[in-house]
Amino acid sequence: MALLTRQGARRRFLAALVALLALPRRALAQAVVNPAPGIDARTINTPQGALQAILNGAAMRKGRVRLELPRVAEDGHSVPLTVRVDSPMSDADHVRRIDLVSEKNPVPLMATFFLGPHMGRAEIESRVRLNGTQRVTAIAQLSDGSFWFDAADVVVEESACLDGG
Amino acid sequence: MAARIQVQREARRGEIIEVRVLIQHPMETGFRYDAFGRQTPRNVIYSFECRYGGIEVFRAAMGAGIAANPYLRFFLRAKDSGDIECRWVDQENASGTVSARVNVDG
Repeated sequence: MALLTRQGARRRFLAALVALLALPRRALAQAVVNPAPGIDARTINTPQGALQAILNGAAMRKGRVRLELPRVAEDGHSVPLTVRVDSPMSDADHVRRIDLVSEKNPVPLMATFFLGPHMGRAEIESRVRLNGTQRVTAIAQLSDGSFWFDAADVVVEESACLDGG
Repeated sequence: MAARIQVQREARRGEIIEVRVLIQHPMETGFRYDAFGRQTPRNVIYSFECRYGGIEVFRAAMGAGIAANPYLRFFLRAKDSGDIECRWVDQENASGTVSARVNVDG
């Protein structure tokens, strides 16, 4: 009888130990996914963390943004990317910023562009590094504060970050 | 840092003009190792800004996700004759500028 209860105690102790080991990891993951506001998104190394830092609790809707990437990129070191936002770019209604987030890069936030009514057209082209086949997301914030996004899937044949930069 | 800017010389007032900038820079990611196994420190152009007639019109915060020899193409609305000036700085505090003049009539 005494042996049984002792066994029960040991089982409970082991269960508690397993729970204790599992908890910190889960708590850690939570902290990365929900970063404190004000943290520079470039220091957050998950795409979810970067997104949360950009949106800061706001919702984003699909539309108004067009992200153009090649369907297949031979070389991940330099992939042409164009982002366009449907906006009159007037003083009253313009795009304030555009963020480019990578799903697989070691630094998910690739670039942030700050735009204004002087630009006349909300269209930016650049070249990005992509660490493997993935989905790239472009998030635009308009002057009314709303967030819009578009995502594009790109197959990368030779990944960046392997060697040779 | 060698760089190039391409803008049309003449424009009508209100016309949307295209600006293309190409900068020679390795955009070191910090994830690369040399032959001795030493990590190459990260050095990217983290800040780029464009002024038109002295007014800031466009700014980019870039990271290691931008390819080496960064290229940017964007648009401006021609307002008055003036200089389009781009300025950037990397993490070793090396900066560069490039500018082009656009003449606006009408």
